[in-house]
Amino acid sequence: MIKRLVSFSISLALLSNTALAATEITWWHGMGGKLGDVVNEIANRYNASQADCHLTPAFKGTYEETLTAGIAAFRAGEQPNILQVFDAGSATIINAKGAVIPAQDLLEQEGVKLNPDDYIDGVRNFYADASGKFIGMPFNSSSPIMYFNKEALAKAGVEPPKTWEEFEAIAPKLKDAGYVPLVQSHMPWIFVENFFSRNNVQFASNDNGYKGAEGTKILINTPEIKMHWTHVKDWKDKGWFGFYGVPGPDNQKPFEEGKVALFLASSGAFGGLAKTASMPFGSTFLPYWGSIKGAGVHSFIGGAALFAMSGKAAAENACTAKFFSFLTSPEIQYYWHKETGYVPVTKAAYELAKADGYYAKTPDAETGIKQLSLPGAEWDKGYRMGFYVQIRDVMNREFVKLLNGDESVDAAFATIETDSNALLEKFAKTTAASN
Amino acid sequence: MKRVQFQSRWVPYVLLLPQLTIVCLFFLWPAGEAIRSSFYLEDPFGFGSTFVGLDNFKTILSDPEYFKAAAFTAVFTFLVAFFALSLSLLLAVKADKVVKGATVYKTLIIWVYAVAPPVTGLIGAMLFDVNIGPFTHLAHDFGWDMRVGVNYYDTAFAMVVAAVWNQIPINFIYFLSGLQSIPKAVQEAASIDCRSSFKRFWTVTFPLLAPTGFFMLVINITYAMFDTFGLVDVMTKNEPANNPVTLVYKVYADGFRGNDLGGSSAQSVVLMIVVFALTIVQFRFVERRVHYN
Repeated sequence: MIKRLVSFSISLALLSNTALAATEITWWHGMGGKLGDVVNEIANRYNASQADCHLTPAFKGTYEETLTAGIAAFRAGEQPNILQVFDAGSATIINAKGAVIPAQDLLEQEGVKLNPDDYIDGVRNFYADASGKFIGMPFNSSSPIMYFNKEALAKAGVEPPKTWEEFEAIAPKLKDAGYVPLVQSHMPWIFVENFFSRNNVQFASNDNGYKGAEGTKILINTPEIKMHWTHVKDWKDKGWFGFYGVPGPDNQKPFEEGKVALFLASSGAFGGLAKTASMPFGSTFLPYWGSIKGAGVHSFIGGAALFAMSGKAAAENACTAKFFSFLTSPEIQYYWHKETGYVPVTKAAYELAKADGYYAKTPDAETGIKQLSLPGAEWDKGYRMGFYVQIRDVMNREFVKLLNGDESVDAAFATIETDSNALLEKFAKTTAASN
Repeated sequence: MKRVQFQSRWVPYVLLLPQLTIVCLFFLWPAGEAIRSSFYLEDPFGFGSTFVGLDNFKTILSDPEYFKAAAFTAVFTFLVAFFALSLSLLLAVKADKVVKGATVYKTLIIWVYAVAPPVTGLIGAMLFDVNIGPFTHLAHDFGWDMRVGVNYYDTAFAMVVAAVWNQIPINFIYFLSGLQSIPKAVQEAASIDCRSSFKRFWTVTFPLLAPTGFFMLVINITYAMFDTFGLVDVMTKNEPANNPVTLVYKVYADGFRGNDLGGSSAQSVVLMIVVFALTIVQFRFVERRVHYN
């Protein structure tokens, strides 16, 4: 007994020794619930894969809360090594020069060559700078796609639409069959940002904002998007478009209940829908406008990227770089893809999933990545606008007024333009102060 | 009566020190910081800031959305304070007369106080859910097409109901103890003079409750203006959009959600001024009409 105790305490001591010897790094993220479990499992696998570094992930709440926590910690000099920042917050962190070490530089310091061509087309530029250098490491990526209720389409005798023109042709049939033809789950993401990407229309001056915050203006009071929203309002009035408030889940519910024919949502939503939907469903690409020249290209990615915070010891940065390599390895990407529904960010991981026969079993898992692999064009690389969280809030505010009939399309878009540009100008002043 | 005197001039200050330290550390210093940063535009990461004078204030005061939030805050505060006070007073007066099962009755009313405002918001959000909320269905049965989160006024209605529900218990406790501290002799004398219990309430009981009532008014206004922040956040499901929001929620949304520190600080300075003005009004004008003993 004593012998066993002694050997136990010795092994314990050895264990803690190795733990002490390892360099500790931290990762703050906004992945709750099941996603958080997968994050922890990835960290465990990383820690088990080598002995020099020990990674501790910490859940910090919603995306907004995680970014705010990271900023507050940075100001106090207590920042984590890795911070997860979502699409709408990327301008905030990328424009704060000196807050992060570009992911590409970090990897190259460790002798890892990062080749952007290894990444899926839609992922490549979203968190990169104007020259294409990766600033953030793409992590959980998704894109808005269209889910369709198979029963509804069969009953109406129609095929899922590829373009909005096709949708307008089938919407009366879907309505007559007793369904709400169309519902979406995130207006700024699906009906603004990815309107601009999918239809290849410029979203902001200064190369969609990539050339810097100074002088960047939103190009939202423009004919194409106003045309789209004039139609959306018309669809709402005709009973072709159902609107249940801003939050995604409130709009998802009627689709799950089988009342809706077409539902626009994240490519990662299929796993959850498979559990909650009361009817068989399939998925296809987000429709575009046939009337817009050059439309039908890939969409933007949503989700978030990982940023290596500056002000950390060289040994810790080395561990962060190692973790980034580990994370983008095909095996881990495939694991992440399978467990969460987010798309794999590298081509190698996509090939691995294909070879494994994953998409033969779950075809809906492939829709998002296929849409992101569509040919690219000039305006679907990404956008970079500061205070973008507030800009999204402005959009939502005006869209609700528009859909309720309290405001015209012209008035709504004029207000969005004025308020967004005021925010962009203010943001440019804050970043100018830091340079 | 013998006056108690401190022997040393310094003792009172030493005894005050812990309290003063807390006031300085947690109230005066942050307030000072807020005032300072309201004159600056600062990048979120703290790399630098630019002095912009009154620009942040000009931005707020030229924003129609800010005035919309201010107007909502005023109406919301009035409605919540009015209904929370009047309903709890009614409940307290009735509970005071209950003889059988009084404890059960009182406990049932009081327990709600243990529910934190965000939880109230959560329950409110569920009851008024646009798809599955029982209250929404009930409203539909009566021909009211209630859509919380889509219609501004429906959302405001749901928020007032949830906030009042949450605030009634504490008002109830205070009113009940206020009623019980009214001397029996006064009440008995009154019932000899006047047979109408309604008249007796307004001429005898209510004036004697005035000190409690005034205190509760202050507490309720503070609650509706500031403490309902969590309720607003949860009931709007973290999406301000076109929903009614209070000024305190707007400070949070712009500062913590939007990382606009200067603009958010300017808003909190405006709120500070409002609170200051409100305090003066309450104690100079309202309290004069309240009689203690």
